[in-house]
Amino acid sequence: MILGAITKRTVSFSASHFLSRSSSSTRYGSTLVIAEHEGGVIKAPSLSAILAATSLNSSISLLLAGSGSSLHQAASQASSTHPSISQVLVADSDKFKNPLAEPWAKLVHLVHQSGGYSHIIAASSSFGKNVMPRAAALLNVSPITDVTRISDSHTFVRPIYAGNALCTVRYTGSSPCILTIRSTSFPVPKNSVDSKSSEASISEVDLSTFDEDLGNSRFISQTTQDDELPDLGNARTVISGGRALKNAENFKLIENLAKKLGGAVGATRAAVDAGFVANDLQVGQTGKIVAPELYIAFGISGAIQHLAGMRDSKVIVAVNNDADAPIFQVADYGLVGDLFEVIPELLEKLPEKK
Amino acid sequence: MKIMVAIKRVVDYAVKIRVKPDKTGVVTQNVKMSMNPFCEIALEEALRIRESGLASEIVAVSMGPTQCIDTLRTGLAMGADRGIHVEFNDALYPLSVANIFKKLVEIEKPSLVILGKQAIDDDCNQTGQMIAGLLNWPQGTFASKVVLDKEKQVVTVDREVDDGTETVCLNLPAVITTDLRLNQPRYATLPNIMKAKSKPIKKFTPEDLNVEIKSDLEIVEVTEPPKRKAGVMLSSVDELIDKLKNEANVI
Repeated sequence: MILGAITKRTVSFSASHFLSRSSSSTRYGSTLVIAEHEGGVIKAPSLSAILAATSLNSSISLLLAGSGSSLHQAASQASSTHPSISQVLVADSDKFKNPLAEPWAKLVHLVHQSGGYSHIIAASSSFGKNVMPRAAALLNVSPITDVTRISDSHTFVRPIYAGNALCTVRYTGSSPCILTIRSTSFPVPKNSVDSKSSEASISEVDLSTFDEDLGNSRFISQTTQDDELPDLGNARTVISGGRALKNAENFKLIENLAKKLGGAVGATRAAVDAGFVANDLQVGQTGKIVAPELYIAFGISGAIQHLAGMRDSKVIVAVNNDADAPIFQVADYGLVGDLFEVIPELLEKLPEKK
Repeated sequence: MKIMVAIKRVVDYAVKIRVKPDKTGVVTQNVKMSMNPFCEIALEEALRIRESGLASEIVAVSMGPTQCIDTLRTGLAMGADRGIHVEFNDALYPLSVANIFKKLVEIEKPSLVILGKQAIDDDCNQTGQMIAGLLNWPQGTFASKVVLDKEKQVVTVDREVDDGTETVCLNLPAVITTDLRLNQPRYATLPNIMKAKSKPIKKFTPEDLNVEIKSDLEIVEVTEPPKRKAGVMLSSVDELIDKLKNEANVI
């Protein structure tokens, strides 16, 4: 993942490299990570983006935007706990209170103009997917989305055709090289957040030239699913159900098992479309991509589009009454049986999670 | 008002794709091609807006080789009024598509541009955002609900985001990209398929539109993903718990 040849030469880059726009100098460049934060801390997918940025062997600046005390709390937390970050940029304005693409893309453009970054990275979250291509268009460069591997500073691997092929792509354009990374491919080790000896500098982004007219888009509201289960994207265990659950009531079985295992609940498109669960639980090509330690699929046939979202799970278990279901071809452990018998038995026999 | 809809011809979603032995790409010869599912949803939404009396004309746009005309005809059979085909026989990346689209928008002057949120072949999820950026129009991506207010010239979009749903209100003109749950696309009926044959399709080339196609991306290779090792079939829940505990060490 890390380019060995340039590892040792990155320490002594100068300001001229820093500001150079030509792609030849970007090996020594600097990376801007666009991070999301919530409640005074950097969100988990953004931590993966920081981790991905470290493999580019450049200095890392973190851009945080928003307003209020939680923004500054997140900035000071980031500056003191992430050893790879050399600078934290803070854009404090009501314009960034909500995740609207228009002001955010302009902000990325503005910050790049003063920083001359070689790379700009964000996580492939719904926020990153919304903002980064727009920012790339403003900078007239091709973005590379959903990167799963960084081969060298300009060569990346990303899945295509619902993960049924891996495409290695080289960026040959001018700086910046804009990426969104698949966070499950850059897992941040637990306990990696530790305090460091010297804090990274925190500076405010000069917004005096920020002329974005915000009249054209307005944030109205947000509805979030409130539940006590871990976040689907980062859970170590995911219990998923498909159409075979038959109704929302039966889906409680999946939820109960998830609770018992301390995991998150996932679903197929069929289960979401049928109204069993909310759409933010959909796993697949067009839903969430997960790669937990353990993925248990109940009553899921294993369509291409679903496999795209979970095929990188460490251990896959499939329970289905159809022995010919394609899910069994990717499952490490398969059990042919009625999920309405298997789940209660599992609930009964599984050891209690401490 | 006029709505422009982008339509991409892709390998059918149900096809199990094969990677070429020389690693230059995916086999697309003699493979079933269809309209990208998200583009169908985009077109369906445009049709519904027109049927509710809020739009007068729908222009479907496709870019790529000659065969894209078949896909455009499908769109016309669903109900689009006319088509635009930008012929180009090499790879077109989202930045080029967005640049071409911008020129077409300048010619056609639509009030709304609707695209799918991603093509199921390159899985980029970029083009709509890039068009909006180039035009400096507001964007409503991953839409699951679209409500147009013609009087106020605004469109309210419910967006599917990571932890739920988000509602934004955009001034027209605007760009919208569609998520799966926006609608259920209709099938083209035989009479409409026949009618579509006489609907006009205007042809352009990138040169006609003064767009230089140069890419800053280069495909190094396309490979198959690593195969998972064969799994085992178990016969009981007890065996499953035992394997998870003692072999996989995951519980």
